[in-house]
Amino acid sequence: MSPLLLVLAWQAASTLGLLSPRTLASPLQILLTGWGLLASGELPWHLAVSLGRVAAGLLIGLSVGAGLALIAGLSRLGEDVVDAPVQMLRTLPFLALVPLFILWFGIGETPKIALVALGTAFPIYLNLFAGIRGVEPKLAEMGRVFGLDRRGLLRHVVLPGALPSALVGLRYSLGVAWLSLVVAEQVNASAGIGYLINDARDFLRTDVIMVGLVLYALLGLLADGLVRVLECRLLAWRPAFVRS
Amino acid sequence: MDANLHLDAPGRNGTAHVRHLTRRFGPADARPVLDALDLDIQPGEFVALLGASGSGKTTLLRTLAGLDPVPEDAVVALPRPVAVAFQQPLLLPWKSVWRNVALGLPEDARGDARARAEAALAEVGLSHRLDAWPATLSGGEAQRVALARALVREPGLLLLDEPFAALDALTRLRMHALVLDLWARHRPATLLVTHDVDEAVALADRVLVLAGGRIVLDLPNDAARPRRRDTASFAAMRDRLLDRLGVREHAA
Repeated sequence: MSPLLLVLAWQAASTLGLLSPRTLASPLQILLTGWGLLASGELPWHLAVSLGRVAAGLLIGLSVGAGLALIAGLSRLGEDVVDAPVQMLRTLPFLALVPLFILWFGIGETPKIALVALGTAFPIYLNLFAGIRGVEPKLAEMGRVFGLDRRGLLRHVVLPGALPSALVGLRYSLGVAWLSLVVAEQVNASAGIGYLINDARDFLRTDVIMVGLVLYALLGLLADGLVRVLECRLLAWRPAFVRS
Repeated sequence: MDANLHLDAPGRNGTAHVRHLTRRFGPADARPVLDALDLDIQPGEFVALLGASGSGKTTLLRTLAGLDPVPEDAVVALPRPVAVAFQQPLLLPWKSVWRNVALGLPEDARGDARARAEAALAEVGLSHRLDAWPATLSGGEAQRVALARALVREPGLLLLDEPFAALDALTRLRMHALVLDLWARHRPATLLVTHDVDEAVALADRVLVLAGGRIVLDLPNDAARPRRRDTASFAAMRDRLLDRLGVREHAA
């Protein structure tokens, strides 16, 4: 109830002139602007560009992160080689690398995708690595007694056992992906939701800015929902799901 | 036990055959956990192994299960395949009950896995839980699934590592009957490691006591099964075993 009241109060303040459109557009105006952008095809276009960046960055980031986690998680040598450098890099706020990325990759699509990839690689790495190491050693012994070789152990014991952690990592990665996107799209973008917001700022269009923000929020919510669906399907065996 | 009987024919006729098994952890002069241990289990024989904690039971079982390496100077020849039921069921929680059982099948028998797993589960009375998740099973049910997983291998040697220790008393008695029933039907050579003297006397053809890394007592028991626990011979055997384990319940 209270969020609805808040919106009503907001609308009232706008209508009564207490809240200037330069500070914040009214909810109604935001809705109308959103509809207009949707109908003109402008919004779907920017959305598609942003989604493309997130998808490409995620694909790279998840692959690299998961690959490194497998290397570090499945062998001592791999852990020695991979884990220390990754842990060191992790402590660096990756968004601080934007200036360096611009110097390296220019101001096109590459630095934007690279930033998303970098940001998303860490959560999946950390969680999958911990998940692999957290698999009950006795289950692996059981597998060996019943004749599973290394591949069989990986397929039947280690990877399914690490899956719950990996999905937690995936959820974090998705969250970071949107965050990286917001920052990346501040850098000389000519399309995408970030561009839409930056452009609107130059013309004092708080209604368009709000549409962009709402869109970011919706996308984040949608991504979280997707992972939840994935969890329900893949982790149906867990006591928490079994009981309910 | 005639220790020399099978020396020339390790593993022949499906006899589980262990000679001169010495295992020691830490420095070379440390007291060995297993000290030149000899052990034979005939095909179809049910042997129980008793021992206090630290007597080397676990090390022996792990060696037989192939989890610990066999020292070079020892002989360990076992009828294959070997199957183990552990103290905990150790089911894979992400596989349904029947898939857990199918995991016990040897590689070459995975073709009709579902049918074989179903048959094994029927034998332990769990036909109605084929597609259940392990998290929904009771302790006794989970341990029965673990038994089915071991039996579906058609083992030549069945190792039971205190599989009833974590169960409540009533469930444990039911499991004893079930294990005897399954053993009578499949007749694998069976080694039951336990710390429960009554259990050993009730179930086994032969009860061994392990102490200081050697077998210090080997008592055959040819009483007919099922065995009543209130007979004089049962009590006499229990007292002898307890005595050897260093526990004296009442003055002799």
